[in-house]
Amino acid sequence: MIVSAVLFCVGLYMIVTKQNAIQVLIGIELMLNAAILNLVAFGRYDRFANGGQMFALFAIVLAAATTAVALAIILNVYKKYKTIDPGQIDQLKD
Amino acid sequence: MNLVQVFFYVMAFITLASAVYVAATKNLVRSIFMFFITLFALAGLYVLALADFVAITQIVIYVGGILVLILFAFMLSGKESLNYISGRESKFISINKIAGLFLSALFLVVLVNIIVKVDPNNLDWIKRSVSEKNDIQPDTNMTENIGINLMTQYLLPFEAISVLLMIALVGAAHISRKEKNA
Repeated sequence: MIVSAVLFCVGLYMIVTKQNAIQVLIGIELMLNAAILNLVAFGRYDRFANGGQMFALFAIVLAAATTAVALAIILNVYKKYKTIDPGQIDQLKD
Repeated sequence: MNLVQVFFYVMAFITLASAVYVAATKNLVRSIFMFFITLFALAGLYVLALADFVAITQIVIYVGGILVLILFAFMLSGKESLNYISGRESKFISINKIAGLFLSALFLVVLVNIIVKVDPNNLDWIKRSVSEKNDIQPDTNMTENIGINLMTQYLLPFEAISVLLMIALVGAAHISRKEKNA
């Protein structure tokens, strides 16, 4: 669990400090993985219903969907602004 | 200290070291490939927590899917991002990094404090499940059990997530499509 806590904090640090949208995305993935690690670690004590492992599977699939959509958005934003620094993207409409 | 514990510490060390390297390095390509190593070590940790199916899924989806997607996006966004990063290399610690480091260190202190206070090895329901032999032993075949549960008890979330995944993929394809003939 302490491993997972440290992993979560590394992910948080990446999100807050990075100036590159792809690295922010990797930070988000690290935080998700920290959460999944906790689910799996406690899922060991649930043999018949498999609550933890099942939820971990769903979380992994959700993370995949999130990443696909986020990368598509990043590519679009790159096409429009020619940068992937989230600090420089300052308008929502066309 | 038996072999499983030794493996656990080795895997945990690899995971954390590569995660810290991912966060610390300036080189985006290196950070992506270290993320790859982090994911593999995490799969090893899942195996040690006796969740072999989750470990396989982790490797297939993360390493096979997400990492390839990230590499793809990185290559499409091209040289500009690399130049941008190398242009800022002069200052290692700037103000916003100190703030981020402070925030995450604070979070770490809070989380570790909570974990120590909760004392996860002595929780009520864990003790109960161990005494009722409800915990997973290393020789049980979990994949079969997971499959049966997925088709009975967790059927509704399973279907919901399949529809959601399809919506997400169609949406991603729609967003990243060329605008000319839209």
